[in-house]
Amino acid sequence: MNPRRKKRLLITSALVVGLSLAVGLVLFALQQNIDLFYTPTEIIEGKKETGIKPEVGQRLRIGGMVLNGSVKRDPESLKVSFDLIDNGGGIVTVFFTGILPDLFREGQGIVAQGELLNATQVNAFEVLAKHDEEYMPPEVAEALEGMDHLKTDKK
Amino acid sequence: MLAEIGQFALVIACMLSLLQTVYPLYGIYARQQNAIESAKILTILQFFFVAVSFAILSYLFLVNDFTVTYIATNSNSALPWYYRLSAVWGAHEGSLLLWVLLLSLWSTAVAVMSKRLPIESIARVLAVLGLLSLGFYLFVLLTSNPFLRTLPYFPVDGRDLNPLLQDIGLILHPPMLYMGYVGFSVAFAFAIAALMEGRLDSAWAKWSRPWTMAAWVFLTVGIALGSWWAYYELGWGGWWFWDPVENASFMPWIAGTALIHSLAVSEKRGVFKSWTVLLAISAFSLSLLGTFLVRSGILVSVHAFASDPARGLFILAFLILIIGGSLLLYAVQAPKVKSRGRYRLFSRETMLLTNNILLIAALIVVLLGTLLPLVHKEIGLGSISIGEPFFNSMFSILVVPFALFLGVAPLVRWKRQNIKELFKPLLHSLFISTAITLIFLYSFASHFTWLALMGVFLGFWVLSTTCYELCLRATHRFSLFTGLTKLGYSHWAMSIGHAGFAVMIIGITMTQNYSIERDVKLAVGDHIAFEHYDFHFDAVNDLQGKNYTGSVGVFTIKKDDQYVATMKPEKRIYTVQRMPMTEAAINAGVTRDLYIAMGEMLPDGAWAVRIYYKPFIRWIWFGPLMMGFAGILMMLDRRYRVKKSDEEEA
Repeated sequence: MNPRRKKRLLITSALVVGLSLAVGLVLFALQQNIDLFYTPTEIIEGKKETGIKPEVGQRLRIGGMVLNGSVKRDPESLKVSFDLIDNGGGIVTVFFTGILPDLFREGQGIVAQGELLNATQVNAFEVLAKHDEEYMPPEVAEALEGMDHLKTDKK
Repeated sequence: MLAEIGQFALVIACMLSLLQTVYPLYGIYARQQNAIESAKILTILQFFFVAVSFAILSYLFLVNDFTVTYIATNSNSALPWYYRLSAVWGAHEGSLLLWVLLLSLWSTAVAVMSKRLPIESIARVLAVLGLLSLGFYLFVLLTSNPFLRTLPYFPVDGRDLNPLLQDIGLILHPPMLYMGYVGFSVAFAFAIAALMEGRLDSAWAKWSRPWTMAAWVFLTVGIALGSWWAYYELGWGGWWFWDPVENASFMPWIAGTALIHSLAVSEKRGVFKSWTVLLAISAFSLSLLGTFLVRSGILVSVHAFASDPARGLFILAFLILIIGGSLLLYAVQAPKVKSRGRYRLFSRETMLLTNNILLIAALIVVLLGTLLPLVHKEIGLGSISIGEPFFNSMFSILVVPFALFLGVAPLVRWKRQNIKELFKPLLHSLFISTAITLIFLYSFASHFTWLALMGVFLGFWVLSTTCYELCLRATHRFSLFTGLTKLGYSHWAMSIGHAGFAVMIIGITMTQNYSIERDVKLAVGDHIAFEHYDFHFDAVNDLQGKNYTGSVGVFTIKKDDQYVATMKPEKRIYTVQRMPMTEAAINAGVTRDLYIAMGEMLPDGAWAVRIYYKPFIRWIWFGPLMMGFAGILMMLDRRYRVKKSDEEEA
């Protein structure tokens, strides 16, 4: 090989190695941070598309409607728990410590992000409610399709 | 009647934009001077009609005409007049009208202010801009008409503007952001026109550069405003959430930042030209992509407006047409572009290339993180979300080489640089920045973390190399003081812009590493203390606003037993939409913010309260403001000023 080609080969292979390293790192970081979305029914029976149930300890997002009368508060602290339900009928209990969003109410669709504690319990580190009266995350809307919305707060 | 006139004006503007696209191009083809010169008039006329349309919509908002559907759903007679005006762009239809208004404003600015350019080039640029306008006019008229009537059964009062949007931040944030988004259309049009002409030279880069810079300034300030607004208005004290819609504005910004740097190389050295064109196309395409993501409702986001599949489909088609068309043109024409300049491996050119590579890497990270959930869902694998840690860790990695090179690059000469000459300045800077970092952390940090050390060091590294370079350049021929006054505006612009980046990095690092966030349960009379601060909950009073009621908490803050401030966070209930809103109380300072937000009243009468201590968070927004100021300075540089003699000529 003449020196010029050798130099080019070196540069090219260095580029390839560097690029694949970078891509590998990005994909690895991505793998660690993907949170699948489940409805309460899917947590109990497995995902609609694949039938796979989440494992205990897995990070996930769950979306559903807050069951009426299920919000329980700890009198001493900001611990709170509530049940989520969807149109499949499954019920999952969510535990959360902190301040619930302004639009969190019973009978509302919400999304929580957290860790699966056991088959029907999720420990959430974040609870999101929809941001205005019109908007609901599409996934939650799908999960609640056909259910009666209890709009007690509306005129 | 007025609403119909508004819509009619919009239709006329749409027709004019069609003419603006076709007629000048025909003129160039048929060599008819009249047709070529008509481009400017058509552009100005188009702007006039869309401005009339926008003014009418604003007027209808002011006089509470609830026979117009858009006004009935987004305004209310109890709303103060300034929010009624900003409600014009508070939702989908009106914000698109603002978009086309700004697009034609930019086009008009190009038509009026580029007297030094050959008329044929301007005609091409305006034709491309006309085509973009045409697309958006059709979009507004066909899928999102703001002038639709509610007749015959119109409501007595409107449903009110979303309370989140009733804020000064929202009066300013969307127009700024849109000016930036839309402004990249000018850079795009210049690039497409140059490709059509088959002529890409340094002159092209020189014309394009101030326009690109203007758009970038607006986008920078717009994003910073949005971040600031989210911080005080959303009530959980974050400044960036990696929300898809934020990412949608961040991607054009990254591409734009790469573009202003590579344009500098193209202008000064005549290299990287086809790459610059590609960046110009990308920056605007990403703006369009952002619009698609936001407007189609395809994304799960706090910013999502009402979704309508027809709208999504329209923008998608438009997106494919514009991006596909311009990339095709690029593929055909770009190989003809020849770069003449030569440069060595170690030179300013390579440094700026590195800047571009790292920015593109960042862009890909954001793009991947934003679009992957979409793809994942569309191919039937279920919905996913990509967590903040992904973006945070990727950016903490990328910022290291970026900031290191950023410090070195301004010291490196064009064409070639002897490495040995750099040892002294770099060693000095290294020493200075390490020393300042240690002193800084010792004074302000409560504990040690490697991440904080790294971030703060990078910030001071950029700051000290920037100052060092300024001094070197100034003392090159004169004494330091005279030298500094003799430096050109664009040199100052570079230094201030880079310093702004450094300030932002320091702010981000300190906020992310040393914030203290406490969600606590407090009853009146309770207090909580941390970081030398004592927060005493004095009282809760009733609150009565114009279109809301609520409660206001009263907190007395003391630092080491010295009175600091009284803070009054509010909990509002907006009466029309029955929507609760948290108005945080913020005590701002250069080195720290104190932040109190009322959560909810608990059954036993105590309140859930959110209390934050946020060190150096103001720096996060002050940095971008410096960058924006730097951009303006660059545009004022002698090279871009229209000379007196030219104006007299014209």
